[in-house]
Amino acid sequence: MAPPKFPLRLTQAFSLVLVAGLLAGCAAGPSGEDRFETPNRAVHGFNKGLDTVILRPASQAYGTVVPDVVRQGVSNVASNVSLPGDVVNHTLQGEFRSAANMTGRFLVNSTFGVLGLFDIAGPAGVPEDDTDFGETLHVWGAGEGAYVELPLLGPSTSRDAVGTVVDTILNPIGAVIETPESTYVAASRTGSLLDGRYRFTNTIDSVLYDSADSYAQSRLVYLQNRRFELGDDTTTPAASSGAGGDDLYDDLYFE
Amino acid sequence: MTIFTLNNLSRRAVLGGLISLAAWPAAAITDRQARTLVGRLVDDINTVIAANKSEAATIKEFEGIFARYGDVPAIARSALGPTARGLSGSELDAYTAAFRGYMSRKYGKRFREFSGGRIEVTSARPAGRFYEVLSTAYLRGSNPFELTFVVSDRGGEDRFINLLIEGVNMLATERVEITAMLDQNGGNVARLIQMLERAG
Repeated sequence: MAPPKFPLRLTQAFSLVLVAGLLAGCAAGPSGEDRFETPNRAVHGFNKGLDTVILRPASQAYGTVVPDVVRQGVSNVASNVSLPGDVVNHTLQGEFRSAANMTGRFLVNSTFGVLGLFDIAGPAGVPEDDTDFGETLHVWGAGEGAYVELPLLGPSTSRDAVGTVVDTILNPIGAVIETPESTYVAASRTGSLLDGRYRFTNTIDSVLYDSADSYAQSRLVYLQNRRFELGDDTTTPAASSGAGGDDLYDDLYFE
Repeated sequence: MTIFTLNNLSRRAVLGGLISLAAWPAAAITDRQARTLVGRLVDDINTVIAANKSEAATIKEFEGIFARYGDVPAIARSALGPTARGLSGSELDAYTAAFRGYMSRKYGKRFREFSGGRIEVTSARPAGRFYEVLSTAYLRGSNPFELTFVVSDRGGEDRFINLLIEGVNMLATERVEITAMLDQNGGNVARLIQMLERAG
Protein backbone atom coordinates (compact mmCIF):
# COMPACT_ATOMS: atom_id res chain seq x y z
CA MET A 1 0.00 0.00 0.00
CA ALA A 2 1.33 3.38 -0.98
CA PRO A 3 1.84 5.84 1.84
CA PRO A 4 -0.93 8.42 2.07
CA LYS A 5 -0.19 11.69 0.31
CA PHE A 6 -0.57 14.94 2.12
CA PRO A 7 -0.99 17.70 -0.44
CA LEU A 8 -1.32 20.13 2.44
CA ARG A 9 1.81 22.21 2.42
CA LEU A 10 3.11 24.64 4.95
CA THR A 11 1.70 27.73 3.24
CA GLN A 12 -1.68 26.07 2.94
CA ALA A 13 -1.62 25.07 6.57
CA PHE A 14 -0.76 28.64 7.42
CA SER A 15 -3.61 30.07 5.38
CA LEU A 16 -5.98 27.52 6.90
CA VAL A 17 -5.07 28.78 10.35
CA LEU A 18 -5.45 32.34 9.14
CA VAL A 19 -8.87 31.64 7.67
CA ALA A 20 -10.02 29.77 10.77
CA GLY A 21 -9.05 32.84 12.75
CA LEU A 22 -10.99 35.08 10.42
CA LEU A 23 -14.06 32.86 10.60
CA ALA A 24 -13.90 32.78 14.37
CA GLY A 25 -13.66 36.54 14.28
CA CYS A 26 -16.59 37.10 11.99
CA ALA A 27 -18.93 34.72 13.76
CA ALA A 28 -19.53 37.37 16.41
CA GLY A 29 -20.01 40.72 14.71
CA PRO A 30 -22.54 42.13 12.26
CA SER A 31 -21.97 41.72 8.54
CA GLY A 32 -22.13 44.27 5.76
CA GLU A 33 -19.38 46.54 6.98
CA ASP A 34 -15.63 46.29 6.65
CA ARG A 35 -14.81 44.99 10.10
CA PHE A 36 -11.23 44.13 9.26
CA GLU A 37 -10.48 47.43 7.59
CA THR A 38 -7.36 48.20 9.63
CA PRO A 39 -5.57 44.84 9.10
CA ASN A 40 -6.94 44.68 5.54
CA ARG A 41 -5.38 48.03 4.73
CA ALA A 42 -2.04 46.83 6.08
CA VAL A 43 -2.21 43.72 3.89
CA HIS A 44 -3.29 45.87 0.96
CA GLY A 45 -0.18 48.01 1.41
CA PHE A 46 1.92 44.85 1.45
CA ASN A 47 0.23 43.42 -1.66
CA LYS A 48 0.52 46.72 -3.50
CA GLY A 49 4.22 46.85 -2.66
CA LEU A 50 4.66 43.34 -4.06
CA ASP A 51 2.84 44.39 -7.20
CA THR A 52 5.06 47.44 -7.59
CA VAL A 53 8.31 45.58 -6.99
CA ILE A 54 7.65 42.12 -8.44
CA LEU A 55 4.36 41.36 -10.16
CA ARG A 56 4.00 44.44 -12.35
CA PRO A 57 7.63 44.53 -13.62
CA ALA A 58 7.64 40.74 -14.13
CA SER A 59 4.38 40.92 -16.07
CA GLN A 60 5.76 43.73 -18.24
CA ALA A 61 8.82 41.63 -19.02
CA TYR A 62 6.73 38.54 -19.68
CA GLY A 63 4.29 40.44 -21.89
CA THR A 64 7.04 42.17 -23.83
CA VAL A 65 9.37 39.22 -24.31
CA VAL A 66 6.96 36.32 -24.78
CA PRO A 67 4.81 36.44 -27.95
CA ASP A 68 1.05 36.73 -27.57
CA VAL A 69 0.29 33.23 -28.96
CA VAL A 70 2.69 31.60 -26.52
CA ARG A 71 1.25 33.51 -23.56
CA GLN A 72 -2.23 32.51 -24.68
CA GLY A 73 -1.11 28.87 -24.86
CA VAL A 74 0.36 28.97 -21.36
CA SER A 75 -2.80 30.58 -19.99
CA ASN A 76 -4.84 27.90 -21.78
CA VAL A 77 -2.85 25.18 -19.99
CA ALA A 78 -3.48 26.83 -16.61
CA SER A 79 -7.17 27.17 -17.39
CA ASN A 80 -7.33 23.54 -18.56
CA VAL A 81 -5.85 22.09 -15.37
CA SER A 82 -8.41 24.05 -13.33
CA LEU A 83 -11.27 22.23 -15.10
CA PRO A 84 -11.33 19.06 -12.92
CA GLY A 85 -11.79 21.32 -9.90
CA ASP A 86 -14.59 23.13 -11.74
CA VAL A 87 -16.24 19.77 -12.46
CA VAL A 88 -16.13 18.81 -8.77
CA ASN A 89 -17.61 22.16 -7.70
CA HIS A 90 -20.31 22.22 -10.39
CA THR A 91 -21.29 18.74 -9.22
CA LEU A 92 -21.38 19.79 -5.57
CA GLN A 93 -23.58 22.72 -6.62
CA GLY A 94 -25.97 20.38 -8.46
CA GLU A 95 -24.99 21.99 -11.77
CA PHE A 96 -24.71 18.67 -13.55
CA ARG A 97 -24.97 20.14 -17.02
CA SER A 98 -22.02 22.47 -16.40
CA ALA A 99 -20.11 19.59 -14.79
CA ALA A 100 -20.68 17.47 -17.89
CA ASN A 101 -19.72 20.34 -20.20
CA MET A 102 -16.50 21.03 -18.32
CA THR A 103 -15.67 17.30 -18.33
CA GLY A 104 -16.07 17.28 -22.11
CA ARG A 105 -14.05 20.46 -22.40
CA PHE A 106 -11.23 18.97 -20.34
CA LEU A 107 -11.17 15.76 -22.40
CA VAL A 108 -11.22 17.58 -25.74
CA ASN A 109 -8.64 20.23 -24.85
CA SER A 110 -6.33 17.74 -23.12
CA THR A 111 -6.24 15.49 -26.20
CA PHE A 112 -6.97 17.41 -29.41
CA GLY A 113 -5.81 20.60 -27.73
CA VAL A 114 -2.39 19.09 -26.89
CA LEU A 115 -2.50 19.02 -23.06
CA GLY A 116 -4.58 22.16 -23.01
CA LEU A 117 -2.28 24.39 -25.06
CA PHE A 118 -5.06 25.06 -27.56
CA ASP A 119 -8.65 25.81 -26.70
CA ILE A 120 -10.56 23.65 -29.16
CA ALA A 121 -13.76 23.39 -27.11
CA GLY A 122 -14.29 27.14 -26.66
CA PRO A 123 -14.81 28.05 -30.32
CA ALA A 124 -16.84 24.83 -30.67
CA GLY A 125 -19.37 26.21 -28.19
CA VAL A 126 -18.11 25.04 -24.79
CA PRO A 127 -16.35 28.03 -23.21
CA GLU A 128 -14.89 27.80 -19.73
CA ASP A 129 -17.52 27.94 -17.00
CA ASP A 130 -15.39 28.92 -14.04
CA THR A 131 -16.40 28.10 -10.52
CA ASP A 132 -14.83 27.47 -7.12
CA PHE A 133 -15.60 26.15 -3.67
CA GLY A 134 -16.51 29.65 -2.50
CA GLU A 135 -19.38 29.51 -4.97
CA THR A 136 -20.27 26.03 -3.76
CA LEU A 137 -20.50 27.39 -0.21
CA HIS A 138 -22.70 30.22 -1.54
CA VAL A 139 -24.99 27.69 -3.25
CA TRP A 140 -25.15 25.72 -0.02
CA GLY A 141 -26.38 28.86 1.71
CA ALA A 142 -23.24 30.26 3.33
CA GLY A 143 -23.18 34.03 3.68
CA GLU A 144 -20.42 36.15 2.25
CA GLY A 145 -18.86 36.92 5.62
CA ALA A 146 -16.46 39.77 6.09
CA TYR A 147 -14.30 41.33 3.41
CA VAL A 148 -10.69 40.25 3.74
CA GLU A 149 -7.64 41.11 1.72
CA LEU A 150 -5.34 38.09 1.82
CA PRO A 151 -1.56 38.35 1.59
CA LEU A 152 -0.45 37.47 -1.97
CA LEU A 153 -3.95 36.36 -2.98
CA GLY A 154 -5.63 39.74 -2.76
CA PRO A 155 -9.30 40.63 -2.19
CA SER A 156 -11.58 37.92 -0.81
CA THR A 157 -14.28 37.33 1.77
CA SER A 158 -14.15 34.99 4.71
CA ARG A 159 -16.36 32.56 2.77
CA ASP A 160 -14.27 32.78 -0.39
CA ALA A 161 -11.03 32.47 1.58
CA VAL A 162 -12.27 29.15 2.98
CA GLY A 163 -13.21 28.22 -0.59
CA THR A 164 -9.71 28.99 -1.83
CA VAL A 165 -8.14 26.81 0.84
CA VAL A 166 -10.52 23.93 0.12
CA ASP A 167 -9.94 24.26 -3.65
CA THR A 168 -6.19 24.11 -3.08
CA ILE A 169 -6.34 21.08 -0.82
CA LEU A 170 -8.93 19.15 -2.82
CA ASN A 171 -7.54 20.06 -6.25
CA PRO A 172 -7.97 16.78 -8.21
CA ILE A 173 -5.04 17.62 -10.45
CA GLY A 174 -2.75 18.10 -7.47
CA ALA A 175 -3.74 14.65 -6.20
CA VAL A 176 -2.86 12.75 -9.36
CA ILE A 177 0.25 14.44 -10.72
CA GLU A 178 3.75 14.44 -9.31
CA THR A 179 6.92 16.30 -10.16
CA PRO A 180 7.90 17.29 -12.79
CA GLU A 181 4.30 17.64 -14.08
CA SER A 182 3.26 19.57 -10.98
CA THR A 183 6.07 22.01 -11.72
CA TYR A 184 4.75 22.57 -15.23
CA VAL A 185 1.29 23.18 -13.81
CA ALA A 186 2.66 25.69 -11.31
CA ALA A 187 4.65 27.37 -14.08
CA SER A 188 1.57 27.66 -16.29
CA ARG A 189 -0.34 29.23 -13.40
CA THR A 190 2.44 31.76 -12.89
CA GLY A 191 2.42 32.49 -16.61
CA SER A 192 -1.33 32.93 -16.57
CA LEU A 193 -1.10 35.31 -13.62
CA LEU A 194 1.55 37.41 -15.36
CA ASP A 195 -0.41 37.35 -18.62
CA GLY A 196 -3.55 38.60 -16.86
CA ARG A 197 -1.60 41.33 -15.09
CA TYR A 198 -0.05 42.33 -18.44
CA ARG A 199 -3.24 42.15 -20.50
CA PHE A 200 -5.13 44.39 -18.10
CA THR A 201 -2.19 46.61 -17.19
CA ASN A 202 -4.05 49.88 -17.59
CA THR A 203 -7.20 48.79 -15.79
CA ILE A 204 -5.31 47.33 -12.83
CA ASP A 205 -2.90 50.26 -12.71
CA SER A 206 -5.87 52.59 -12.69
CA VAL A 207 -7.29 50.92 -9.57
CA LEU A 208 -3.99 50.41 -7.75
CA TYR A 209 -2.01 53.51 -8.65
CA ASP A 210 -4.30 56.18 -10.07
CA SER A 211 -7.17 56.07 -7.61
CA ALA A 212 -7.38 58.23 -4.53
CA ASP A 213 -8.04 55.22 -2.29
CA SER A 214 -6.83 52.01 -3.94
CA TYR A 215 -7.94 49.87 -1.00
CA ALA A 216 -11.54 51.09 -1.13
CA GLN A 217 -11.59 50.76 -4.93
CA SER A 218 -10.23 47.20 -4.84
CA ARG A 219 -12.79 46.23 -2.21
CA LEU A 220 -15.69 47.70 -4.18
CA VAL A 221 -14.64 46.21 -7.49
CA TYR A 222 -14.03 42.78 -5.98
CA LEU A 223 -17.29 42.60 -4.02
CA GLN A 224 -19.49 43.90 -6.83
CA ASN A 225 -17.94 41.63 -9.42
CA ARG A 226 -18.07 38.61 -7.09
CA ARG A 227 -21.72 39.19 -6.23
CA PHE A 228 -22.47 39.58 -9.91
CA GLU A 229 -20.79 36.26 -10.70
CA LEU A 230 -22.57 34.42 -7.92
CA GLY A 231 -25.96 35.92 -8.62
CA ASP A 232 -25.65 35.24 -12.31
CA ASP A 233 -27.82 32.14 -12.35
CA THR A 234 -30.68 33.81 -10.55
CA THR A 235 -30.49 37.30 -11.99
CA THR A 236 -33.74 39.22 -11.77
CA PRO A 237 -34.44 42.82 -12.76
CA ALA A 238 -35.13 43.65 -9.12
CA ALA A 239 -31.86 42.16 -7.95
CA SER A 240 -29.91 44.16 -10.47
CA SER A 241 -31.51 47.50 -9.74
CA GLY A 242 -28.40 48.10 -7.69
CA ALA A 243 -28.20 50.20 -10.82
CA GLY A 244 -27.48 52.95 -8.38
CA GLY A 245 -29.88 55.33 -10.01
CA ASP A 246 -32.59 55.58 -7.42
CA ASP A 247 -31.14 58.01 -4.97
CA LEU A 248 -29.37 59.75 -7.83
CA TYR A 249 -32.63 61.19 -9.09
CA ASP A 250 -34.08 61.56 -5.64
CA ASP A 251 -31.16 63.78 -4.79
CA LEU A 252 -31.30 65.64 -8.01
CA TYR A 253 -34.77 66.42 -8.99
CA PHE A 254 -36.79 65.71 -5.90
CA GLU A 255 -35.23 68.03 -3.37
CA MET B 1 -54.72 58.68 10.89
CA THR B 2 -54.11 60.37 7.58
CA ILE B 3 -52.12 63.12 9.26
CA PHE B 4 -50.13 60.55 11.15
CA THR B 5 -49.25 58.78 7.89
CA LEU B 6 -48.31 62.04 6.21
CA ASN B 7 -46.01 62.92 9.06
CA ASN B 8 -44.28 59.65 8.53
CA LEU B 9 -43.63 60.36 4.90
CA SER B 10 -40.49 62.29 4.30
CA ARG B 11 -40.66 65.68 2.68
CA ARG B 12 -38.56 64.24 -0.08
CA ALA B 13 -41.03 61.47 -0.81
CA VAL B 14 -44.02 63.80 -0.93
CA LEU B 15 -42.24 66.35 -3.07
CA GLY B 16 -40.85 63.62 -5.23
CA GLY B 17 -44.25 62.14 -5.79
CA LEU B 18 -45.77 65.50 -6.66
CA ILE B 19 -43.01 66.53 -8.99
CA SER B 20 -42.86 63.21 -10.74
CA LEU B 21 -46.62 63.33 -11.29
CA ALA B 22 -46.43 66.83 -12.67
CA ALA B 23 -43.36 66.58 -14.79
CA TRP B 24 -43.51 63.09 -16.15
CA PRO B 25 -47.16 62.13 -16.27
CA ALA B 26 -46.93 59.45 -18.93
CA ALA B 27 -43.41 59.87 -20.17
CA ALA B 28 -42.32 56.47 -18.98
CA ILE B 29 -39.45 55.30 -21.08
CA THR B 30 -39.98 52.09 -23.01
CA ASP B 31 -37.77 49.09 -23.76
CA ARG B 32 -37.54 50.21 -27.33
CA GLN B 33 -36.50 53.78 -26.49
CA ALA B 34 -33.85 52.62 -24.04
CA ARG B 35 -32.56 50.14 -26.55
CA THR B 36 -32.49 52.74 -29.30
CA LEU B 37 -30.49 55.16 -27.16
CA VAL B 38 -27.96 52.54 -26.15
CA GLY B 39 -27.86 51.22 -29.71
CA ARG B 40 -26.74 54.63 -30.96
CA LEU B 41 -24.36 55.03 -28.03
CA VAL B 42 -22.78 51.63 -28.67
CA ASP B 43 -22.51 52.36 -32.42
CA ASP B 44 -20.59 55.53 -31.58
CA ILE B 45 -18.34 53.70 -29.12
CA ASN B 46 -17.67 50.94 -31.67
CA THR B 47 -16.75 53.57 -34.26
CA VAL B 48 -14.24 55.11 -31.86
CA ILE B 49 -12.81 51.70 -30.95
CA ALA B 50 -12.48 50.71 -34.63
CA ALA B 51 -10.86 54.03 -35.56
CA ASN B 52 -7.98 53.18 -33.22
CA LYS B 53 -6.83 56.80 -32.98
CA SER B 54 -4.32 58.29 -30.57
CA GLU B 55 -5.15 58.32 -26.87
CA ALA B 56 -5.77 62.08 -26.90
CA ALA B 57 -8.11 61.83 -29.90
CA THR B 58 -9.98 58.88 -28.38
CA ILE B 59 -10.48 60.74 -25.12
CA LYS B 60 -11.83 63.76 -26.99
CA GLU B 61 -14.29 61.52 -28.86
CA PHE B 62 -15.37 60.01 -25.55
CA GLU B 63 -15.99 63.36 -23.96
CA GLY B 64 -18.38 64.08 -26.83
CA ILE B 65 -20.15 60.73 -26.46
CA PHE B 66 -20.42 61.11 -22.67
CA ALA B 67 -21.95 64.57 -23.00
CA ARG B 68 -24.28 63.51 -25.84
CA TYR B 69 -25.73 60.35 -24.31
CA GLY B 70 -25.11 60.62 -20.58
CA ASP B 71 -26.88 62.70 -17.97
CA VAL B 72 -23.54 64.18 -16.96
CA PRO B 73 -24.83 66.70 -14.38
CA ALA B 74 -26.80 63.93 -12.63
CA ILE B 75 -23.88 61.50 -12.64
CA ALA B 76 -21.50 64.21 -11.41
CA ARG B 77 -23.79 65.27 -8.58
CA SER B 78 -24.46 61.71 -7.53
CA ALA B 79 -20.72 60.95 -7.43
CA LEU B 80 -20.14 63.92 -5.14
CA GLY B 81 -23.02 62.98 -2.84
CA PRO B 82 -24.50 65.26 -0.17
CA THR B 83 -21.70 67.82 -0.59
CA ALA B 84 -23.22 68.77 -3.95
CA ARG B 85 -26.27 70.26 -2.23
CA GLY B 86 -24.21 72.95 -0.55
CA LEU B 87 -22.57 74.22 -3.74
CA SER B 88 -23.43 77.41 -5.60
CA GLY B 89 -24.51 77.20 -9.23
CA SER B 90 -21.12 78.24 -10.56
CA GLU B 91 -19.25 75.89 -8.23
CA LEU B 92 -21.47 73.04 -9.36
CA ASP B 93 -20.87 73.93 -13.02
CA ALA B 94 -17.12 74.03 -12.52
CA TYR B 95 -17.19 70.73 -10.67
CA THR B 96 -19.38 69.12 -13.37
CA ALA B 97 -17.05 70.28 -16.15
CA ALA B 98 -14.00 68.94 -14.29
CA PHE B 99 -15.82 65.69 -13.61
CA ARG B 100 -16.76 65.30 -17.28
CA GLY B 101 -13.12 65.70 -18.35
CA TYR B 102 -11.93 63.29 -15.66
CA MET B 103 -14.48 60.62 -16.62
CA SER B 104 -13.68 60.99 -20.33
CA ARG B 105 -9.97 60.50 -19.71
CA LYS B 106 -10.48 57.59 -17.34
CA TYR B 107 -13.06 55.65 -19.36
CA GLY B 108 -11.69 56.73 -22.73
CA LYS B 109 -8.45 54.97 -21.82
CA ARG B 110 -10.37 51.89 -20.68
CA PHE B 111 -12.36 51.65 -23.89
CA ARG B 112 -9.17 52.10 -25.85
CA GLU B 113 -8.16 48.66 -24.52
CA PHE B 114 -11.20 47.35 -26.44
CA SER B 115 -9.28 48.02 -29.64
CA GLY B 116 -10.02 45.27 -32.14
CA GLY B 117 -13.17 44.31 -30.24
CA ARG B 118 -16.80 45.31 -30.39
CA ILE B 119 -19.89 45.72 -28.23
CA GLU B 120 -23.28 44.21 -29.10
CA VAL B 121 -26.59 45.16 -27.53
CA THR B 122 -28.48 42.01 -26.54
CA SER B 123 -31.64 42.98 -24.66
CA ALA B 124 -33.42 45.58 -22.56
CA ARG B 125 -35.53 45.21 -19.43
CA PRO B 126 -37.17 47.46 -16.87
CA ALA B 127 -35.30 47.79 -13.57
CA GLY B 128 -37.22 49.72 -10.98
CA ARG B 129 -37.77 53.20 -12.35
CA PHE B 130 -35.08 52.80 -14.99
CA TYR B 131 -34.22 50.59 -17.90
CA GLU B 132 -31.28 48.29 -18.16
CA VAL B 133 -29.87 47.62 -21.59
CA LEU B 134 -27.67 44.56 -21.61
CA SER B 135 -24.78 44.24 -24.00
CA THR B 136 -21.81 42.00 -24.49
CA ALA B 137 -18.26 43.14 -25.15
CA TYR B 138 -16.20 40.87 -27.38
CA LEU B 139 -12.50 41.47 -26.95
CA ARG B 140 -9.57 39.79 -28.56
CA GLY B 141 -7.98 37.17 -26.34
CA SER B 142 -10.46 37.26 -23.49
CA ASN B 143 -13.85 35.79 -22.69
CA PRO B 144 -16.80 38.00 -23.68
CA PHE B 145 -18.12 40.04 -20.79
CA GLU B 146 -21.33 41.77 -19.90
CA LEU B 147 -21.87 45.54 -20.01
CA THR B 148 -25.14 46.92 -18.68
CA PHE B 149 -26.22 50.47 -19.47
CA VAL B 150 -28.78 52.01 -17.12
CA VAL B 151 -31.07 54.44 -18.93
CA SER B 152 -33.48 56.97 -17.49
CA ASP B 153 -35.68 59.74 -18.80
CA ARG B 154 -36.05 61.43 -15.44
CA GLY B 155 -33.75 64.26 -16.38
CA GLY B 156 -36.22 65.19 -19.13
CA GLU B 157 -34.90 63.03 -21.96
CA ASP B 158 -33.48 59.56 -22.43
CA ARG B 159 -29.96 59.45 -21.05
CA PHE B 160 -27.69 56.81 -19.68
CA ILE B 161 -26.95 57.32 -16.00
CA ASN B 162 -24.86 54.32 -15.11
CA LEU B 163 -22.76 51.54 -16.53
CA LEU B 164 -22.09 48.13 -15.00
CA ILE B 165 -19.10 46.16 -16.24
CA GLU B 166 -19.46 42.53 -15.11
CA GLY B 167 -21.46 43.83 -12.19
CA VAL B 168 -19.01 46.60 -11.26
CA ASN B 169 -21.06 49.75 -10.89
CA MET B 170 -19.51 52.89 -12.40
CA LEU B 171 -21.51 55.28 -10.25
CA ALA B 172 -20.70 53.44 -7.02
CA THR B 173 -17.03 53.31 -8.03
CA GLU B 174 -16.97 57.04 -8.68
CA ARG B 175 -18.77 57.82 -5.42
CA VAL B 176 -16.00 56.04 -3.52
CA GLU B 177 -13.33 57.71 -5.63
CA ILE B 178 -14.70 61.25 -5.46
CA THR B 179 -15.32 60.89 -1.72
CA ALA B 180 -11.70 59.79 -1.23
CA MET B 181 -10.47 62.74 -3.31
CA LEU B 182 -12.63 65.14 -1.35
CA ASP B 183 -11.26 63.71 1.92
CA GLN B 184 -7.71 64.12 0.66
CA ASN B 185 -8.49 67.78 0.04
CA GLY B 186 -9.98 68.30 3.46
CA GLY B 187 -13.49 68.69 2.05
CA ASN B 188 -12.44 71.67 -0.07
CA VAL B 189 -14.40 71.51 -3.34
CA ALA B 190 -12.20 74.06 -5.16
CA ARG B 191 -9.17 71.86 -4.48
CA LEU B 192 -11.18 68.76 -5.48
CA ILE B 193 -11.90 70.44 -8.82
CA GLN B 194 -8.20 71.14 -9.35
CA MET B 195 -7.42 67.50 -8.55
CA LEU B 196 -10.10 66.26 -10.97
CA GLU B 197 -8.66 68.40 -13.73
CA ARG B 198 -5.41 66.46 -13.46
CA ALA B 199 -6.89 63.02 -12.68
CA GLY B 200 -8.09 60.23 -14.96
